[in-house]
Parts: sequence; C-alpha cells; structure tokens
Amino acid sequence: MTAHAAGGGTIALTYREAVRAALREALEADPRVFLMGEDVGRYGGCYAVSTGLLADFGPERIRDTPLSESVFVGAGIGAALGGMRPIVEVMTVNFSLLAIDQIVNNAATIRHMSGGQFSIPLVIRMATGGGKQLAAQHSHSLEGWYAHIPGIRVVTPATIADARGMLASALACPDPVLIFENALLYNEKGEIPADAGAVDIDRAAIRRPGSDVSLITYGGSLGKTLTAAESLAGQGIEAEVVDLRTLRPLDDATILDSVRRTRRAVIVDEGWRSVGIAAEVMARIMEQAFYDLDAPVARVCSEEVPIPYARHLEAAALPQTDKIIRAVEHLMGSHD
Amino acid sequence: MPSLGSDMEAGTLVEWLVAPGDTVSRGDIVAVVETQKGAIEIETFEAGVVDRLVVEPGTEVPVGTVIAHIRGAGEPAAPEAPAPEAPEAKPKPKPKAPKPAAAKPAGPAPTRVRVSPVARRRAGQLGIDPETLAGTGPGGAVSLEDVERAAAAAPATAASATRAATPPDASAAMRRAIAAAMARSKREIPHYYLSTTIDLTQALDWLEAENRRLPVAGRLLYGALLVKATALALGEVPELNGFWRDDGFVPGPGIHVGAAIALRRGGLVAPAIHDTDGKDLGAVMQALRDLVQRARGGRLRASELSDPTVTVTSLGENGVEAVFPVIYPPQVAIVGFGSVVERPWSVDGRIESRRVITASLAADHRVSDGHRGALFLRALDRRLQDPETLA
Repeated sequence: MTAHAAGGGTIALTYREAVRAALREALEADPRVFLMGEDVGRYGGCYAVSTGLLADFGPERIRDTPLSESVFVGAGIGAALGGMRPIVEVMTVNFSLLAIDQIVNNAATIRHMSGGQFSIPLVIRMATGGGKQLAAQHSHSLEGWYAHIPGIRVVTPATIADARGMLASALACPDPVLIFENALLYNEKGEIPADAGAVDIDRAAIRRPGSDVSLITYGGSLGKTLTAAESLAGQGIEAEVVDLRTLRPLDDATILDSVRRTRRAVIVDEGWRSVGIAAEVMARIMEQAFYDLDAPVARVCSEEVPIPYARHLEAAALPQTDKIIRAVEHLMGSHD
Repeated sequence: MPSLGSDMEAGTLVEWLVAPGDTVSRGDIVAVVETQKGAIEIETFEAGVVDRLVVEPGTEVPVGTVIAHIRGAGEPAAPEAPAPEAPEAKPKPKPKAPKPAAAKPAGPAPTRVRVSPVARRRAGQLGIDPETLAGTGPGGAVSLEDVERAAAAAPATAASATRAATPPDASAAMRRAIAAAMARSKREIPHYYLSTTIDLTQALDWLEAENRRLPVAGRLLYGALLVKATALALGEVPELNGFWRDDGFVPGPGIHVGAAIALRRGGLVAPAIHDTDGKDLGAVMQALRDLVQRARGGRLRASELSDPTVTVTSLGENGVEAVFPVIYPPQVAIVGFGSVVERPWSVDGRIESRRVITASLAADHRVSDGHRGALFLRALDRRLQDPETLA
C-alpha cells in the first residue's frame, strides 16, 4: 500500500465498488483510457462492476461489444498499439479461452517479435473461480495458464485495497496485464483509506505473520486461508499467510523468506492440483529452500474434476478452510 | 569438499591449517579431512586470501559442499554468514510424546529413517546422528524440534560428539570404501589378465652395484625399479594409462603411478607418484618412501589419492608368486608383481639359476585388447633388461 494522507479517514466499500472506483479514477485521469467488453455499458457489467459508468463517460469510452472475445480482445490490442490505454473486460476466464490466441500469440509476443519497437499497454480484467453454483463452464480458475506465459503480467487482487489500487499500476505498465477478480470477492466489504491509490504489482504480501508454517495463497482463497490460520492459532499453531498478489512474475524473495523462517509450507490454490501455480511455488521452494524445510511442502487445490454445479459437490471440490487446517495439522506431525 | 576417490560421498573436516586473512597459493595445504581412507591433507587449487571458513572442524559434509571462500586479488569480501539460529526456545503448545518410529510404517518396509532436511543439517552441526532419534514430524519423520530436544537433553554428549565426529571404527569405514570400489570394478569392468615371468638378475645386479656407491639413506629398493619400468612401458602403450569416464577412455594427463600400500590397521591406499616417467630412480625411491611413511601416518594429500592414472601392486614381500589384481575404477589397468624367486632358467641354451619375477597385468577390455596388453608386458621386460635406462 502506498502511504495515504494523514487525517484522510477511511471509507467502507465492497470489492465491486473498489474496482468501480478504480475504473472511474482511471477514466477521469487519462483520456486514452476506455472500457470495453460484453454488457459493460447498458447492463452495467455482468457482475455489476461498471454500473453507472456509461451515463457518466458515454458510449465512446464505455463500449458494449458483440459476444466475440477474440474480436474485442484483438481490438484492445490494436487500440493499445495505436496509443490508447484500453481496459478490456472478459466475463470469466473460461470465456477468455476464445481469445487465448490474441492474448498468447499477439499481446504477449509483439514486444519481443518487433525487437522492442511496439508494446501493448493493455489491461484485461476477468472474473475467475467457483463457489457461486455457476457450473463448470463459468467456475474454473485458469489464471495459472496465463501465469505460464512470458510477456504478460498476471495479478490477483484479493483485498479491497488491491482491488482499488492494482488497476492504476496495471495501466501504468507498458506490457499487457491480466487482472483476475475472484467472483466470490465482489460482495466482500472492507475499509480502506478514503484517499487510497495505486499499489505495487510486484510483491507478495504477508497478510498474517506467523512462525510455524507458511500458508501461501492468492485471490479467492485468501479469506479461507486467513480463517484457517485463526482456527489453527486456537491449537497453538501460528500460521503465516502469504498473499502472492502477482502470479507472474512470482515474488520468490517474499515466499522463500517466509518459508525459511517457518520451515513448513502449504500452498492453497483454487486451480487444479496438477501442473498449476501451487506446483510452481513448491518447485521454487524445493530449488531454493530445500535444506530449510522441516516437512514436505503440501498443497490444497481444487479436486481434479470440472467444478460441479450441485452446491455440496462444488463445496467439496474447492479448497476449504477445513482442508487447509487438516493439511497443516498433518505437516505439524499432529496426524499421521 | 573435494572428492578424494570415486566412491567418496562425504568427508569430515578434521582441522583447518589456515585462518581467515591468510594468503594461500595454489598447492598449499589448507585443511585435513578424514575420509574412509584416513586423514588426507587438502590442497587449494586457487590462490588468494582466505575469506571465510564455512565448515567447522568435526563436521561431516557431502562432496561438493563449499568448505571455505578464497578471495582472489581485487574481489570483494564474501557476505557474512548468517548467524546460526538460536534453538527455538518457545515451548510447543502441544508437546507430543515421541512415537516409536516403527509404530506406523509408511508403505512397504521403509529402510531409511525419515529426517527432515533442516533437522539433518542441524544434527550435523550438533554432531548428533539424527537417525537414532524418535521422530514426531509428519509420518514419524525426525524434525528440527526432535533434534533440538535431543541436543538439549544431552549437551555434553553432543559436544563430545563434535570432537570425535570421525567414525569410531575407521578401518570398518575403509573396508566399506574398498568394498564399494572393488564391487563396482568387478561389476562394471571386463577385466582381462596376462602374465609373464621376467628375468630380473641383470637389474638386481646393477642395483646392488649402484647401492654400493650410494649413501645408506639413498639406497634403492627393487620396487622403485619396477615402478619406473612400469611408467616407461606405459609410455609405449598409452591406452593402459588413464580413466574410463562417461562411456569412453580419457587418457591420463601424465603418467602418475599409484603405489598400492597396505596399512597396518588393515586396508590399503594407492597414492600417486606424480609424473613417474620423468623422475630419476632416486626421486622415485624417495617418493615411495615418503608415501609409505605418510600413508601409514594417515597424512596423504588429496591430489595424491585422486590423481593416479594406473596402479602398481606388489605382494613380493609375502612370498606370493603371481598377483591377479582388480582395477581401481575409474582407472583402466593395474600391474602386479610377485616375489623375486630363484629358478632354473634357460640362458643362451644353458640352464642357470636366475632371479625372476612374475609380472601380471589386469586391464579394462573396453579400452584395450590383449594384444596391447602383451605389448606392455614385453616393453616392461625389455626395460628391466636394460636397468641403466631406468636410472
């Protein structure tokens, strides 16, 4: 968090309102900024993030698009090449797969393929994650796929302050930035300084200090992980909670510093277990902190099924507080 | 920690012979390391100023571990080592009774005690064998807490263990090292064996004449003749002098004959006489005497153990007629000599009593064939018939 003016007071708002405030500020600050996507104008956004912006900024800057992700993400790349600062909203990460060619083959590569002559200062926002009974095609967590790609930055605001502050930093970045907003977070309420502004998009953050185990997570799993840490504190286990914030590039220094202090780590990742962000974080710990470990590194991820529609099955498929607690207890040697 | 033999996995640093701030040049002896082969003096291959000693005396570390930093001219000093962390004083909220390790075997018959990486490292620092502790970590693994608890329970034991970190039974350790090397040799190397009987009469007569002119301290033993003749003969058959590495033959960077020396407490070592072929006989004799003395005193240098390109073994003192030796990997040949014996021998069509010796060769068939081995034995014989050329 950047410093805020003394005496500015705090304001209470939801994650959704924080994203909206960030959009409004960006639109006001820079005439090159515009918002484009399905239902972002008249409907106010499918998660109601952009409600009211069309009335204030007009159809030139709040642009409803046809249902063709490849077209409007491609248009965003073109606009960025042409000097604009587009913010493209894709309804969910599942739908972004229709635009993955534009993102991976164009947005991520043009700086390299042009020998640095062109850059793509494009921001793409999309919802991710399950837990709202929207079934498999609307509920997956594929941010790890994008974190695999050199040439783009992947950020995952998990707090109100990050929802408010990451957009401005993403717009200031000369390369494509993908912002993943976990759909379960939109209704989260919190307080931030009234004058809260841009935050860094480089560093992981320690959300709860602890000495016995590092719980490393991001996005929609942060809240569940903090709840688990509080519960573990009741058993006398002090868990440190690390919020990755940025999945690409990963902040190795913060991760490894935490693990070297606690000597144990559990990665909590709503993506599937195999070949995901959790696997990458574990690999880095093995490469760089193996001799500091007192237990095998563990992970709590989504079960390897398409996320189910039925409420109880969906809950069983996703990382939950009790699964995190069990994983930690196992590492501490309480269970065998 | 340098590798002092192909089967060495770890070494215990016994003593530092330099201190931070000392200036060292290439070849200086900087430390003494205890291995399965005894105490070895370690030379530095870098010149500069000793910046920091990383490994404490009494600590066993794996081969490849950084044991000290040497700063070359103009290089900045290395960063300070992180201070060893204070043992966790904080009492665990849930003290768990140590479970017997065998209470719940994980999977089929685990043969290796589970020790967490940090616990193993800490135990090494404290001189504790972590595999003797009862583990309370996940799956019964020995955790850092278990090691700290054991250290707190037996501070005196831990301190003395640091002092005597060398294995209590060094000869047993050497036996294991020899077992590993010889089993590997017989498993991997297709040996072929050749032998011939060489008339040594002329060479011994020449040697006796030489010794009459030499001061007692400089007198030559026939063993030096055999070593020198072997070195010169190898110059003619270079595929017996070198190493088998990565599925191919690597010629030796010189002819460094390793002289097999039996130790009084059992076991043997075969340190190198560097550039044997270029040394005069007096120098070879001196090197042999020096090596025997230091090998038995347990003060050999690292390079002497790792550099031999071939080995010579002689069991003549024990009345053995012929030796069928086993190659020391990664070398590709070994030459054996039996006793000098008097035998009836045909010389120019007349039977005479001559002093003869049986020379044998075991060589790696991946590298050379019997024909080349035969040429070597013939060259060896020829050299020994012309002893003046060995001086």
